[in-house]
Amino acid sequence: MTALLETRGLTARYGDFQALFGVDLVLDEGETIAIIGSNGAGKTTLMRSIAGVLRNPVDGIRFEGRAIGDRPADEIMAMGIAMVPEGRKLFPSLSVEENLQIGAYGRQTGGYWSLETVYELFPVLKERRSNPGTALSGGQQQMVAIGRALMSNPRVLLCDEISLGLAPVIIKDIYKAVPRIRESGASMIVVEQDIGQAMAVADRVYCMMEGRITLTGRPGDLSREAIHDAYFGAQA
Amino acid sequence: MIWVDTILQGILLGGLYALFAAGLSLVFGIMRLVNLAHGDLIVLGAYLILLLVTLTGLSPFVAAAVAMPFMFALGYGLQKFMLNRVLGDDILPPLLVTFGLSVVLQNALLEGFSADSQRIQAGSLSTASIEIAGIGLGVMPLLTFGSALVVIIGLNQLFYRTSLGRAFRATSDDPTTASLMGIKPAGIFAKATGIAMIIVTIAALYLGMRSNFDPSIGPARLIYAFEAVIIGGLGSLWGTLAGGVIIGVAQTVGAAINPEWQILAGHVAFLVVLLLRPRGLFPRAVD
Amino acid sequence: MSKLPPNYSVQTRTRASSISAIVALVLVVVAIALPAFASRSLIQDMFFILTMLVLAQFWNLLAGYGGLVSVGQQAFVGIGAYAMFGVVILLGFDPVASILIGGIAALVLAIPTAFFAFRLQGAYFAIGTWVIAEVVRLLVAQWKSVGGGTGTSLPRSATSDMWFTGTIETLFDVKSAAARDILAYWLAVVLAVATIAGIYWLLRTKRGLGLAAVRDNIEAAKSVGVDAVRMKWLVFLVSAFGTGLAGGLIYLQKARISPDAAFSLQDWTAYVIFIVVIGGIGTIEGPILGVLVFFILQSLLADYGSWYLMVLGLIGIAIMLFAPRGLWGLFSDRTGIELFPVRRRLTGGRLSATLPSSKEE
Repeated sequence: MTALLETRGLTARYGDFQALFGVDLVLDEGETIAIIGSNGAGKTTLMRSIAGVLRNPVDGIRFEGRAIGDRPADEIMAMGIAMVPEGRKLFPSLSVEENLQIGAYGRQTGGYWSLETVYELFPVLKERRSNPGTALSGGQQQMVAIGRALMSNPRVLLCDEISLGLAPVIIKDIYKAVPRIRESGASMIVVEQDIGQAMAVADRVYCMMEGRITLTGRPGDLSREAIHDAYFGAQA
Repeated sequence: MIWVDTILQGILLGGLYALFAAGLSLVFGIMRLVNLAHGDLIVLGAYLILLLVTLTGLSPFVAAAVAMPFMFALGYGLQKFMLNRVLGDDILPPLLVTFGLSVVLQNALLEGFSADSQRIQAGSLSTASIEIAGIGLGVMPLLTFGSALVVIIGLNQLFYRTSLGRAFRATSDDPTTASLMGIKPAGIFAKATGIAMIIVTIAALYLGMRSNFDPSIGPARLIYAFEAVIIGGLGSLWGTLAGGVIIGVAQTVGAAINPEWQILAGHVAFLVVLLLRPRGLFPRAVD
Repeated sequence: MSKLPPNYSVQTRTRASSISAIVALVLVVVAIALPAFASRSLIQDMFFILTMLVLAQFWNLLAGYGGLVSVGQQAFVGIGAYAMFGVVILLGFDPVASILIGGIAALVLAIPTAFFAFRLQGAYFAIGTWVIAEVVRLLVAQWKSVGGGTGTSLPRSATSDMWFTGTIETLFDVKSAAARDILAYWLAVVLAVATIAGIYWLLRTKRGLGLAAVRDNIEAAKSVGVDAVRMKWLVFLVSAFGTGLAGGLIYLQKARISPDAAFSLQDWTAYVIFIVVIGGIGTIEGPILGVLVFFILQSLLADYGSWYLMVLGLIGIAIMLFAPRGLWGLFSDRTGIELFPVRRRLTGGRLSATLPSSKEE
């Protein structure tokens, strides 16, 4: 069976600086995987590569068996891979509702997610629908960013550091939405620095260090030591 | 009473300047691009309408409607094949490319139509006037001002009521994140310049019907347009109308004092606003 | 910044630049001696090339190094020329000395101009300078004692016994009009050499390096203590002064002036921009190469009028699209030759692996 999304020997560089060294990753239909690792491990680069913000070798990334590595971001999105970018990146000139609406701009396939269902998922957004996106609290902004990505009814949802800079109680609130998102049929790749949170939501975990995958497995099968080594390096 | 008349004429003249400026304001708002060939494109539009009127005998208004899709296509292609290639953090390449375009357009028009001044004949409309409260107002200036209002209301509707308008604003905020929404920034820019060219066609219609024009007058129209945009505040369409009106009133008042001071008075009004309100009268909250 | 180990030395000189210094010296000597054997029309052509070169170098300093894309340099050409005419006609000054007044007038005009234009960013700065040039043109056209809108000529009395012309007349056995051309040409040689030497010197000083830093990254430049605002003022005022001197000199040779000609956007800014863009912006070599290409194009195509300008515009667009560093950039990239190196190179000693080899700082 072909994987829903797959990277094979994916490399990425910014000018002279190489950020990814041959990353192999598989996401199956209906699965949620987490990518953990410290700052600079290459997690965000990997997300940006998959989303098409960075151009890659055409064979580096496959979606339903099709090589898509060289496609630009707008085409990747139209295929059904949506991203919640690091730092939320709401559009300051758009209201909350407009931020949500624009999420479906390039892909209007219909499906479970619509303004109504997103407001149902995050009721606080409905109250603030006509505020500018940037007038909201950090947690609410993150909800808008997630809702915006859901509006296109993606097959794959990429979540980059959605708990970054948020209070633990708010992170818990946001992660409460994950089961609903999974039920709607989206497969997910969640990038996290918070290992505990990642372990809690993911079917499988990939650990990255210095642009490489250093460990992969089911959360229950991985020991603390193995993760620690994969996260910070084995030499101590 | 003569002063009320002068100021009213100035306000109506401001409508023409707002038409010159609206396309510039639109393009700058979305992609931070200043097209130095904007004035020459208005003149090009006027020649296109003139050509259609002369060849087919159409009414100027119908001819302008016929010209619009051509001008849209020109703007779309210009942006897609030329200007998108030079957009970026460095402002020098787009400035120099549009400057080169301005020189090319002026001289191509000169070659094609000679330096003789031309006018789009609008028949009795150009001299018709109506009297309101004892003041005679030209039908043509009233039409111009009305068109400026319609253009600005239309652009506001487009920006704030449509999906394309949302995409314009999102791309203006952050093109990379916009591409994650399935928006192709290069395509959005091309559409925006295309729409700007439709407004340019409307501006060209009134420019050509109201006064004589020749291939060399583009740069001066660019300056008026630019002054209106800056006075109004970057990115504010209603501000652009206000800016046009201020330039128009300054020019008619200046001309009433001394005919040689007309243009100068407009420039001085611009400098005074720049001195007192460097960000314009209605600056956008988010920059 | 830490001290370098003793074996290193910092150099800005290259082999090509040493050779070019010798060649430049020879060229200057030939240029000075030229009137002894050249025809009057060649002298006039050389005068045109040299004055355009001066304008191009100053515009390049503004836009290429200072990031200030001005489309209003005709304001300084015009005011320099008109100030020169003004003091000659109204105060009876000698025209040669009055050129300096032209430069000073441009400098004075640059202060309010910068005050307004620096409120505008990027592209709006460009059109802002243009508006100011228009305002100055319209005001000068109201100045009746120098001819108002129609312009005027230098009085015969002033041109006939201008400084040095008598000597030149006897030296080369020429008429007074030709002597005036020779004088203007020599002044142009002096101005061009001084401009290039001065800009080269400025760019090699600590200030000049700061300028490159401001152009490359204004935030980073601030963080190492470069005062970007002061640098912009410096560059703008210096360019205005030099452009004003050139304006005075150009109209000393023309001896007839009108507001439309002296404040011409096309002659004093559009051509100059094309010279710099075609030659290569942000280098001293670029404008030199550009002015030669420009002159050749003009000689070949001048009879075709507007076609010539269209070709010029198209070449400018093509260069910006496909070779944004201009002809000199293409040449320099392939050969590595720099005639006026302003970068500092680290030579000698052994370079450790972490030290970038030939990069500045």
